[in-house]
Amino acid sequence: MKLKKFNGLGQLTIPVIAIALLVIFNLIRDPGFFSIGIMHNNDGNVVLAGNLISIINGASELAVLAMGMTLVTAACGGQDISVGAAAAIAGSVFVKVLKSGNSISGGTVLLAFLLACIVAMIFGSFNGTLVAVFKIQPMIATLILYTCGRSIAYWINGGATPTVNSPIINAIGSFIPGVPIPTPVLIVVCMAIIFKLLFKFTSLELFTQSVGINGSAARLNGINATFIKLLSFIILGVCVAVAGSIGVSRLGLINHETLLIDIEMDTILAVAIGGNSLGGGKFKISGSIIGAYVIQMLTITLYAMKVSSTDVKAYKAIVIILLVVIGSPVVKKWFNKVIDRMKNKSVAAQKGV
Amino acid sequence: MKRLSMLLATVLVLSLVLCACGSSASKGSGSGSSDNAAAPAKSSSELIKVGVVNNPPSESGYREANVKDMEAVFSKDNGYDLKTAYSLKNDEQLQAAQGFITEGVDYLLISAAETTGWDEVLKKAQEAGIKVYLFDRMIDVDESLYEAAVVSDMAKEGETAVNWLLDQNLSEYKVIHIQGAMGSDAQIGRTGALDAQFASGKMTKVVQQTATWDEAEAKKIVESVINSGEDFNVIYAENDGMAKGAVAALDEAGITHGVDGKVVVMGFDCNKWALRELLSGAWNYDGQCSPFQAGVISDLIKNNKTPASKKIINEEKGFDAKTLTQSDIDTYGLGE
Repeated sequence: MKLKKFNGLGQLTIPVIAIALLVIFNLIRDPGFFSIGIMHNNDGNVVLAGNLISIINGASELAVLAMGMTLVTAACGGQDISVGAAAAIAGSVFVKVLKSGNSISGGTVLLAFLLACIVAMIFGSFNGTLVAVFKIQPMIATLILYTCGRSIAYWINGGATPTVNSPIINAIGSFIPGVPIPTPVLIVVCMAIIFKLLFKFTSLELFTQSVGINGSAARLNGINATFIKLLSFIILGVCVAVAGSIGVSRLGLINHETLLIDIEMDTILAVAIGGNSLGGGKFKISGSIIGAYVIQMLTITLYAMKVSSTDVKAYKAIVIILLVVIGSPVVKKWFNKVIDRMKNKSVAAQKGV
Repeated sequence: MKRLSMLLATVLVLSLVLCACGSSASKGSGSGSSDNAAAPAKSSSELIKVGVVNNPPSESGYREANVKDMEAVFSKDNGYDLKTAYSLKNDEQLQAAQGFITEGVDYLLISAAETTGWDEVLKKAQEAGIKVYLFDRMIDVDESLYEAAVVSDMAKEGETAVNWLLDQNLSEYKVIHIQGAMGSDAQIGRTGALDAQFASGKMTKVVQQTATWDEAEAKKIVESVINSGEDFNVIYAENDGMAKGAVAALDEAGITHGVDGKVVVMGFDCNKWALRELLSGAWNYDGQCSPFQAGVISDLIKNNKTPASKKIINEEKGFDAKTLTQSDIDTYGLGE
């Protein structure tokens, strides 16, 4: 890789350093930590297994949500805290449709997913309208759905925790027969490619950034800021439906209380660790994806170290505080100053010679 | 001028909204109860009036079954006139109980949101000659203020499960223990008995971790144990959902489980879907947490019995995959 200057990775410096540190730490702790094994699962398929697979697989929902959240953050300068609740709604719709027929075919699953998507997009546009049209702060606007979302999911479920048993659902949440890579990982890759194509063939990235940096300037230049903000929430809605459907498919069960619980905070964290400004403006989706994997790797590391259950969150918090502080502009500035001074000294030393 | 009319319109709308709020609020305490008391009991002289203050059915699958059971037992056919009020908030529950006392019910049944603050209301009930029964949850008041409390004993649920496990006579017990939300009654009770076994050395703790009732988290915990290469032969999950998560991890790793399998799988709560897993032999054990207190209370009311002890422990079973029948599922299973 060519490094133009020290900060060659730019925005991605922090997430990449974080992931590197975690990898090194784990390799020292247990050299076999990242070894990948090949085994047969109970359905008789050949599958990959190991901590690395667990991390990448387990972070799938988080990664998908982080992609959408990055866009919302960039356009609106605020975050959607209702993604977990909205995912519970989307997941409930998904299961409701699956259970409405007698048998579950590929078509039913597709229909169920599309309906979940539409419902999530409607809720997304509800949030989006409050933020973009009524100019309510995103966190306050989405607080509404955050509060009532899981109750709505409860109504859809009719109170129980419905289960679905189907080889297709199992294939989505676990492994497609004959493919050794977990399906959720493949879905994340698809989503990332879709975002990449979206940015390549439309001006969405540029428009979002300009709206986030200065909304009125963007409007004066003919960009419909309201629409861009609304659009970011609708796109997040699609991500929510995808994440909700993955979450449901993993176990073939929807529990409106626990599906993707507390994921909104992890999602925002992933965006922050990814080096994106939570105040909006410039953004990199790849950073957020790496951020999601950092969080998951941290959790799996703590599990592997058998940190007592009551302490896990505290340890997680310590590491995250460190990451966020290191990534803060103040520390970055100070860091650059130190580097500059060292450079000057060496230059001076060379001149002296 | 335009601004002024806008302002006027706004004020008008606001005042209308406020009025609407006000009028619905004044109905407030009664509105929750009116739904279920639907058919006003005109021939109510013979019916026994029962007021139930409970948590809303949306709280959990347990509560849903609990509410349904109450409605089924205290039905008109059984000679009851049932009024219900649901809230997760203690003050709203207190208000509802107050309402029932004013209405003049014969019996007051309470599952309180919080254990404190009930003294005054219960004293008023006593003065009005209303008999009070507590169900599911205890309240911090003097025993003289209620007739009886029908509750679950979570610690006993744990003991029943652990005794069952000991009866299996495994050559060794290497246990993955997945806990519920730390500090909850169910977690403390169900953890206690197993912790005693770990302490005595009879069972080995492979890992003890909380998944806070989250199915997906339970799967990750078991995955991390499998990845570490450590051996285990028992999964003790403190509810059905987490047991399902754990089993998903076993399936992906190609580890057999259930009857005839390598790993013994244990869950709690007796959801119908979980009992079906038992019936198919994929799991081994499911412990009941019974939401069915209505029958016990109805028995006390109808036969005018005074229990020997004010605290009545609701009988709870543990189901073994080898002896479970379909009729057990129909009788004891929660949900669908």
